[in-house]
Amino acid sequence: MRNGYLFAAYAATWIIHIVYLGTIVSRYSRLKREIEDLKKPGVRS
Amino acid sequence: MKKTFPILGALTAILLGYALYEALVAAPTEQTMGDVQRIFYYHVPSAWTAFTLFLINFVASILYLVRRHPAADIVALVSAEVGVVFCTVVLVTGPIWARPVWGIWWAPGDIRLTSTLVLWLIYVSYLMLRRFSSSGQTPTLAAALAVLGALCVPFVYFSIWFFRTQHPQPVIGGGGSIDPRMLHVLLLNWLAFSCFAFLVCWSRYRLESLQREVDQAHAMESLMDLRGSAR
Repeated sequence: MRNGYLFAAYAATWIIHIVYLGTIVSRYSRLKREIEDLKKPGVRS
Repeated sequence: MKKTFPILGALTAILLGYALYEALVAAPTEQTMGDVQRIFYYHVPSAWTAFTLFLINFVASILYLVRRHPAADIVALVSAEVGVVFCTVVLVTGPIWARPVWGIWWAPGDIRLTSTLVLWLIYVSYLMLRRFSSSGQTPTLAAALAVLGALCVPFVYFSIWFFRTQHPQPVIGGGGSIDPRMLHVLLLNWLAFSCFAFLVCWSRYRLESLQREVDQAHAMESLMDLRGSAR
């Protein structure tokens, strides 16, 4: 049972980091789309 | 530059994997707490990394207030954001360790626990200010808030020296002692988390710089539209 707490703590650490990395990736994808829109002549976002 | 990031990323992933192995397998088992003590190898390095990032945020904020350099503002924002992530890890892993060891998830009124939560709330409010305020004065206000937040960091660290608390004494520079093999694993995990934090800050810095360039391009575009319609 005590090992359950150990597993929970390590898993929680990596879940927090992975969720944060996910937000960076999604923000980057959104920005890439915005840049592509800006490059298109006459297109307004 | 394009090749450096993946190389450093791969090296950091290897280091994190090795540090995880050392923490879970190679480090000796603590006699009283057993395996649950191994949470310490993630909890303490995360706290040290968060404090380092808040210190970087403090220095960058001071630089921004003095020189008004946009790069200092971006460094301040990025270090606060990544610091909050590490501080969240501290606030989550702490209670998971406390439940089997103290018998409770949280010790209400404990100065170390409460001050860490307050520190986290200060930096979350800093990020909220950055996110939701559109005033031109936002970076200046945020820098001032960051200076106040940074004053909280030494208070959190030294609170266990000056107040009665349930939290264990610091293993370095405090009353606590540690087996040299455990110290080695602790420092290894700190190094791994520091490298990871550096890489995350780097990618976040690039993203923020790019975002500001795009915002400027949008502003220029709107200005051109306005000038075009005025003619």
